[in-house]
Amino acid sequence: MKKDIILAGVGGQGILSIAAIIGYAAVETGLFLKQAEVHGMSQRGGEVQSHLRLSSSPIASDLIPEGKANLIISIEPMEALRYLPMLAPDGWLITNTEPFINIPNYPEIDKLMDEINNLPYHIALNADKIAKELNATKSVNMVVLGAASPFLDINYEKMENAIRTIFKRKGNEIVDINIAAMKAGRNYTESVIKK
Amino acid sequence: MDKLLLLGDESIAQAAIDAGISGVYAYPGTPSTEIMEYIQNSKEAEELNIFRNWASNEKTAMEAAIGMSYTGKRTICCMKHVGLNVAADPFINSAFTGANGGLIVVTADDPSMHSSQNEQDSRFYGKFAMLPVFEPSNQQEAYDMVFSAFEISEKYKIPVLLRITTRLAHSRSAIVRRKKLPQKDLKLPDDLKQFVLLPAIARKKFKALLSTSKNFFVEAENSPFNQYFDATDKSKGIIACGLAYNYLMENYPDRKLPNPVLKISQYPLPRSLVEKIYNECNEILVLEEGYPIVEELLKGIVSKNKTVYGRLDGTLPRDGELNPRSVSIALGLPQNKVREVPSIVVPRPPSLCPSCPHIDLFLALNDALKSYTPGRVFSDIGCYTLGALPPYNAINSCVDMGASLTMAKGAADAGLFPSVTVIGDSTFTHSGITGLLDAVNDKSSITVIILDNITTAMTGGQPSAGTGKLENICEGIGVEKEHIKIIKPLKKNHEENVKVIKEELEYKGVSIIISRRECVVSLNKRMSEKFKKN
Ligand SMILES: Cc1ncc(C[n+]2csc(CCOP(=O)(O)OP(=O)(O)O)c2C)c(N)n1
Ligand code: SF4
Repeated sequence: MKKDIILAGVGGQGILSIAAIIGYAAVETGLFLKQAEVHGMSQRGGEVQSHLRLSSSPIASDLIPEGKANLIISIEPMEALRYLPMLAPDGWLITNTEPFINIPNYPEIDKLMDEINNLPYHIALNADKIAKELNATKSVNMVVLGAASPFLDINYEKMENAIRTIFKRKGNEIVDINIAAMKAGRNYTESVIKK
Repeated sequence: MDKLLLLGDESIAQAAIDAGISGVYAYPGTPSTEIMEYIQNSKEAEELNIFRNWASNEKTAMEAAIGMSYTGKRTICCMKHVGLNVAADPFINSAFTGANGGLIVVTADDPSMHSSQNEQDSRFYGKFAMLPVFEPSNQQEAYDMVFSAFEISEKYKIPVLLRITTRLAHSRSAIVRRKKLPQKDLKLPDDLKQFVLLPAIARKKFKALLSTSKNFFVEAENSPFNQYFDATDKSKGIIACGLAYNYLMENYPDRKLPNPVLKISQYPLPRSLVEKIYNECNEILVLEEGYPIVEELLKGIVSKNKTVYGRLDGTLPRDGELNPRSVSIALGLPQNKVREVPSIVVPRPPSLCPSCPHIDLFLALNDALKSYTPGRVFSDIGCYTLGALPPYNAINSCVDMGASLTMAKGAADAGLFPSVTVIGDSTFTHSGITGLLDAVNDKSSITVIILDNITTAMTGGQPSAGTGKLENICEGIGVEKEHIKIIKPLKKNHEENVKVIKEELEYKGVSIIISRRECVVSLNKRMSEKFKKN
């Protein structure tokens, strides 16, 4: 088993929590893991990405080679497209469609969506809207993670357990909200793929 | 033993705890910050009473670490690459004094300048100081090397440099821990003049260093971290340093390389291993993260008839960090076609947080300066450096920590009036205070705005050394009391703040404006912690 995943978003959107949950579940599964994170300057509202590599055999590089990522998981549509050179020809792109506009020259959202919809394998969902319906506005990242979960080849219960462990300090309520948000994202993808 | 999922930084921190340190000294700086933070948050470190407070700057940190080593205890001192410029004086001299208790200096370099002003390579400092340098290729090696580095430090009574780069510092992987070692007892040096670098003693010390440093080559030859992998295809030999080794291996998923490979993770360069690969192979490819230091050594000044490929001839990019693809191209492997970034995607640079106090200060400063020609604001390093970007375009310099004050002084001495400094509170105590003393002594006409957001924000909100003391520091240095003003950067105070700044701009002498309002990120963090406790 080998999964190379690019996580993308804007500083503060919570991609490191996604990485932590997949990472925890992967290690529980007995997989090798390397995860390169971005700390520092770009965390101030800039573009951030993380390279998450899972494998049943030891991993050499902390960075994924270009054109080899099996998945891009993004919390923001333009950020999803920024890492397209990383995506393998048969790789999936899973992205939130809600733009995060903190720059004056943000492109037209329709044009971004055209680019995304042109990709052979993609899931695009409005995770902000789904999170809002669940009263879980701070768990948008978990909705996106849930939408990506069917592609991860990791036991789903292990992912729920990872949320329980990682958010334990924050109390049961937060744990439950995040689990529900992840489930809603997963349901979305399952409904789309079945069609 | 337990397995932990740790960043490279955290692996070093955990290893330092496990290797029995009594203290860690550091000033924050990406990508090194998490080493100290991990030790600060560690329960084990608390139980062991490991000293773990931030220092005012890298020089004070380094000197305190030398002091702890003097007592026979183990210590590490951590900084980002440019921090070693600040600590260079004690660092270079510490090779002369030597160590007593084990002393490791950890520098985290930032090739590609993800969060830095330059991409200097700390291995040069190791060579310059003639000290052993360790350069791990992965998290486990980083962990294990701390133990080896302490052993070498104590065996030869010298400090040791441990050099990592951003990718390792901020990449997570599982590491296996070792058995914990006890902390050392207090034991002063046998020779109580060991640390007295009077010329007569220093000359002896240098001769001693020259002679011990021969052993460092032997250590590198025998180091488990330097490995020679022989192979049959001698048309090319590959030397891979530190992290570059991973990018090399990434290109051979079965881990079988046709060519001989020399992996280097401990310096000085193991001479006989390098000679072996050089003599046995027709050509050499050098892969190193950072400057072409090994490549340059191999090429020499008068190039020999053997070709050495690397960053100097364009086989690899001359600047920036390596990655699997750049290494793959250098290896001459076939390249897969990759998608392009759609042209509508635009860069998203970092920006000041909404309602950041720096925003209100920049807006007021821009208004106050409207009647003067542009280009008179000397600034510094911190979140406020983002004031250089639109829509503020408020600052004209950022060189090194503290330079805002002294550059404004130099410009004022040359006749620029008004001449303005904009400096963060942590940067001010890092390296602004001495410059302010120069300005006061010379009665230079500068207006110094200290952005007191009560934290070291850029690096994640560490405490700031001068909190609560800034007015007193300025007054103590000799700034006139009536020219030390305090303003609160808020929209509703805009007019008033513009007025205060305008008045001080016109003052012929040193004036200080402390612009004080807490960073909103640290305020939120503080509030949610308080909320949690209640
Ligand atoms: C010599 C050196 N050490 C450390 C750093 C890393 N660094 C950059 S900005 C900064 C903190 C700035 O804090 P402050 O001046 O209070 O400004 P703020 O970010 O809070 O606005 C640090 C530690 C550096 N660039 N150079
Ligand atoms: S972290 Fe604090 S100081 Fe930095 S931009 Fe945000 S609010 Fe401003």
